[in-house]
Amino acid sequence: MLSRVANSIYWMSRYMERAENVARFIEVNLHLMLDMQTDEGQWAALVSTTGDLEIFMERCGKEATRETVLDFLTFDRENPNSILSTLTMVRENARSIREIISSEMWEQINKFYYFVRDSALSGVAAETPQDFYQRVKTESHLYAGIADSTMNRGEDWHFARMGRLIERADKTSRIIDVKYFILLPKPEYVGTPIDNIQWAALLKSASALDMYRRKYEQITPESVVQFLLLDRHFPRAILYCVLMAEASLHSITGTPAGMFRNEAERRMGRLHAELTYARIDDIIKKGLHEYLDNFQTELNSVGDSIRDTFFALSTAAPNTAGGMEE
Amino acid sequence: MYYKDYDTEGFFDEYFHADGSPREGASVLLRRLEQLPGGELLRRQKATEARLFQMGVTFTVYGEEEGTERIFPFDIIPRVIEAREWEALERGLKQRIYALNLFIDDIYNDKKILKDRVFPEELLKTSKCYRPQCEGFKPPRGIWCHISGTDLVRGGDGVYYVLEDNLRCPSGVSYVLENREVLKRTFPKIFEDLKIRPVDDYPYRLREMLQYMAPDGVHSPTVVLLTPGIYNSAYFEHSYLAQQMGIELVEGGDLAVTDGYVYMKTTKGLQRVDVIYRRIDDDFIDPLAFREDSLLGVPGIMDVYKSGHVALVNAIGTGIADDKIIYAYVPEIIKYYTGEDPILPNVPTYVCWEELDRKYVLENLESLVVKPANESGGYGIMIGPKASAGVREEFRGKILEDPRNYIAQPTVSLSRVPILAGERFEGRHVDFRPYTLYGEDIYVMPGGLTRVALKKGSLVVNSSQGGGSKDTWVLRDLP
Repeated sequence: MLSRVANSIYWMSRYMERAENVARFIEVNLHLMLDMQTDEGQWAALVSTTGDLEIFMERCGKEATRETVLDFLTFDRENPNSILSTLTMVRENARSIREIISSEMWEQINKFYYFVRDSALSGVAAETPQDFYQRVKTESHLYAGIADSTMNRGEDWHFARMGRLIERADKTSRIIDVKYFILLPKPEYVGTPIDNIQWAALLKSASALDMYRRKYEQITPESVVQFLLLDRHFPRAILYCVLMAEASLHSITGTPAGMFRNEAERRMGRLHAELTYARIDDIIKKGLHEYLDNFQTELNSVGDSIRDTFFALSTAAPNTAGGMEE
Repeated sequence: MYYKDYDTEGFFDEYFHADGSPREGASVLLRRLEQLPGGELLRRQKATEARLFQMGVTFTVYGEEEGTERIFPFDIIPRVIEAREWEALERGLKQRIYALNLFIDDIYNDKKILKDRVFPEELLKTSKCYRPQCEGFKPPRGIWCHISGTDLVRGGDGVYYVLEDNLRCPSGVSYVLENREVLKRTFPKIFEDLKIRPVDDYPYRLREMLQYMAPDGVHSPTVVLLTPGIYNSAYFEHSYLAQQMGIELVEGGDLAVTDGYVYMKTTKGLQRVDVIYRRIDDDFIDPLAFREDSLLGVPGIMDVYKSGHVALVNAIGTGIADDKIIYAYVPEIIKYYTGEDPILPNVPTYVCWEELDRKYVLENLESLVVKPANESGGYGIMIGPKASAGVREEFRGKILEDPRNYIAQPTVSLSRVPILAGERFEGRHVDFRPYTLYGEDIYVMPGGLTRVALKKGSLVVNSSQGGGSKDTWVLRDLP
């Protein structure tokens, strides 16, 4: 398949997952705020978790309020990672590969994009944020379901799944990190009922609470992290994402499992091994935040290797109309 | 009755005789439409529009918000062409394309027509569309103009005239296919009764023709469609045709020239490409050979093309026949190469380059349509009867300054077809673009794009200016 097309499918899928996860970040913060009855510094912390603090400062000055942060993360077209910006990228990528994807996928992308764009004008997101972000998640789930049930399980589907799961692994690690940022100033909360409520909110924002309960009786920080980071079966858990992304990578290249023939496979395999043999006690002892930070760096280098291995041949599409049609 | 008070207003109407009685080809359809319950046609018109939007049959509008898409307005009353009319059209188109192909081959090679003084050499050399890079070139199977979309109009006398030949990148065929798809759903019963010739196999025939152009010795050629990208107004069509033919849709950046061949960049490395259906103008296709600033093309592709290692469809240089001055000579060109009289006449054309013609044009600006020789899509045209005195003076200056670049034609009172205006029919002006493929033999798709000026009284059928389209039914034999 064309490198450009593979690149577009991969990024279409990543951006879609990103849009969904921005909604999840915001949701977990909204939940936590409700219980903590103070929002001192928490909104700025949220922006720094998404990695966009610098551009936020540029755009909105120093003051990080609920309004400025929600608008920045949701509708700001100057923020490349806002929900509206990422959906615009989803749509632009999809437009350039319309002959590859199913028309059902295209229709869903359009519908989703217009929903968010129109919400920016109507102010509905600020009024009933929970409903709005819930709907964003639902539309993204709908897209994933449509993609899964209308695409051939060929190279294109594997590029899409790989993109989605790499993005998801990164974002789940950041969702866990939100908790770290928010709790850091108040170490006295650890182990209190408030703490447990917060961990439950965290699970909820990763749509993980129900599946977690089936596996663990109590909500403890160790088992929550264990579940979101190292579970092999939960679809938003980081290890699960890495396992499945690796499976797709090997389906694309045909390299047998457990071996590597390019840099992307080598790095992905190493990440797989690291997570498989990690122990939660060690991670927490050494520092969860540092562990997640390191994981994000490693995952980025997997992404770079995928680009070099599969997409580097292609160049950016020109932006001109070009040539006359009669 | 949809057409109880229908008035042809003195124009040639494709459905009705001057006395208001239905023409033979339209009569069965009209009877069936009358049997539908009241309001049913309008309901079906609305359902059809919704369906087209869902299918994403859109074109991009330049100059508005990035990537603005609109649906091409569609009217559900089809144009009907009777079998014997079509038979003459088909013969005329085949004759014309055959002769034009010989002409293009001749002017880039032996130049017999210039030596015999049938065609003035000066006109050729001064044409913006002449490509000296093609001199001495022989394309695969000797074919230059593989795909053409000839613009025809029907005057008050009921005769079909050729208005433009469009041998570069004629667009619109995707609308023909989609319109037919939609109309089959709209009138399934009527389709069963009337014997309408199918157009659905066009993508298959197009692909077959493209494969036939493969370089010598290549048995299962890789064929691709080259598009300027998603910002091009016809991107929908490029994507649609690629999908229908099951070939890759590529952009310039997806292709590279290495070791004398063209390759596409895939996730598994470079893959050789043998035939390119290019929807990019000559000017943009190779920055090394043509416009240096083009980012859309493939550097070095012209050399590969000339060495015969890749086929380009249409060939480079066919635009010469789209020059409107050269158009004026096509009747002579047909006679010269085939020894036959042209079956399809041109619209009478005055060539401002010729002194007598120029004099006539300048004296009659208010009754003529003046066109620049090298533009398409209706740009830079002056319609004399509608232009202000100021605009006419402006064109007088332009013609005097650069007579080579202008032609003039009398206004043709385009024929009309009814459209559905609420609960009744109203006549609107139409033109017609059939599509011809030149491969192992010459094939004219039995149908084509009927463009209709939806605004009452308007003669402008371009989609950018209030035009829409209709399905075109070519009947198999008399009903």
